[in-house]
Amino acid sequence: MNGEARGAMLLTALIALILTVLPLPTYLAIVRPAFLVLTVLYWSIASPRAGGIALGFFSGLMLDVFQSPLLGEHALALSIVTYIAVREHQKIRSKPAFQQSLIVFAALVAYESILFAIDGWSHHPVNNPLRWTHTVSGAIFWAPVAAVLNATNDRRR
Amino acid sequence: MAFGTGASSTRGGSPGFRFTLYAVLSILIMFLDQRGEYLEQIRYGLSIAAYPIELAVSSPSAAWRWIQESAATRDALRVENTRLINRNRELELRSMRYEALSRENDQLRGLQEALPPVAERWLVAEIVDIQLNNLRQRILVNRGTRNGVFKGQALLDDKGLLGQTTHVGPWSAEVILITDPEHAVPVQIERTGLRTIAVGTGDTASLALPYLPANADVKTGDVLMTSGLGGVFPAGYPVGRVVEVHRDAVQPLAQVRAEPFANLNVDREVMLIWFREGHPAAPVTATTTAGDAKSGNPRMQPQSTPAPKPKAVAPGTAETPPGGQSGAAPPSPGDAATIAPPAKTTPAKSKPAPPAPKEEEEGPPSEEDIPAKPEPKATAPRSPQ
Repeated sequence: MNGEARGAMLLTALIALILTVLPLPTYLAIVRPAFLVLTVLYWSIASPRAGGIALGFFSGLMLDVFQSPLLGEHALALSIVTYIAVREHQKIRSKPAFQQSLIVFAALVAYESILFAIDGWSHHPVNNPLRWTHTVSGAIFWAPVAAVLNATNDRRR
Repeated sequence: MAFGTGASSTRGGSPGFRFTLYAVLSILIMFLDQRGEYLEQIRYGLSIAAYPIELAVSSPSAAWRWIQESAATRDALRVENTRLINRNRELELRSMRYEALSRENDQLRGLQEALPPVAERWLVAEIVDIQLNNLRQRILVNRGTRNGVFKGQALLDDKGLLGQTTHVGPWSAEVILITDPEHAVPVQIERTGLRTIAVGTGDTASLALPYLPANADVKTGDVLMTSGLGGVFPAGYPVGRVVEVHRDAVQPLAQVRAEPFANLNVDREVMLIWFREGHPAAPVTATTTAGDAKSGNPRMQPQSTPAPKPKAVAPGTAETPPGGQSGAAPPSPGDAATIAPPAKTTPAKSKPAPPAPKEEEEGPPSEEDIPAKPEPKATAPRSPQ
């Protein structure tokens, strides 16, 4: 059961990674949510034992390879967010969908803030306000993404 | 907090412990990556793992293109073919004229034999993945170390300069475009020979020239060429055209915007070039590029560091060696005009005579010496001469 959970988790993470790096026209790319972050958040909340912080770390490392000038920054940001999600997973799980979206929004803002700070410290400052748009779209997309991932989870049960 | 920790603690210690472990690990990675060199191998390995995904991601658009191309009608192909034949003829004529001019130029400069073209070898690469947004302007091309691609290699398309490679994997290479906000390219205004730096803006249609004084001789329509300084791009390749000059009475610097010639957002194929070392038009600090590439840090290379203040550019260029070859370049910051870049290195190496008239020319346009100040690259290695 645990191995199977891990398989589903890795598969969905891979699909989310592909969705994240898929080239899109600019106007779509701006509103594209960070699918991989949402997926990692989902697994940290739904089955914290299957992935946990390791999932966050390695997903972040893949994001670094694809879209970061500095290795490790997404890894750190996603590890922190995953840690909080894993720690509070029972509280978050019991919340209604709307409140979950708000929590996800807060998590995404925290995630992007960490990236923003690291970008600044490492002298790659990106001050464009558009970098924050995905936090809003991520909160909106949370419900459908969670529903899709729930379906994979339920089939397994 | 307490019950959360209890619920999810499994093998491998508590979440808090594992979190600390991963956080320290990622901070360590960041630190090493920031310092350069150490992580090149890891990046190389990770880029191997990432390449299949990048290919998969680009396959839908590649498939769509293939369908479009194979569905093209005979008529459309014939039209295209005619157009290409005409274009080819035109280019051949132009290149004949260019060769004649270049021969004449060589004779004028007193060189006995015509120089071979600066570009030694070309390699066409296909763009696999594109990240064009206002944050980063990077593309991934399907050539890597297996094809001899190296870090800091210049890329062109058929219209002009495109960018340089930043990370090179075995089969792919990441390219930073000249319009990336973190990229800067040393340029020269073709009309006046004025040297400055063109910085990316994050918009594929515009470059900024932030270091030109308000009284600089620059106007709309001026063509920007690479100046050959900085050690990455050879001299004399077209970069863009000035489209907007904004002078403000209270601002010490003019705000100049240029449009790159390269079709940064429609290109599918780009060209990687290898230039001849020791050629007069080859990048001036060509001897140091090897060292830069080994240090593995794109930020340490002169082009990649558009500092906010003109002064701050200096540390990035500090590694320009005080070697005699590059020392010959700076003495003509002003009006060297278009023939300047090739003339830079040869006189110093082979013939000491030609520089003399140049020094004379340096006198009159003294107000044009000012631009050299925001571009320490040009002035730094002056000492040896």
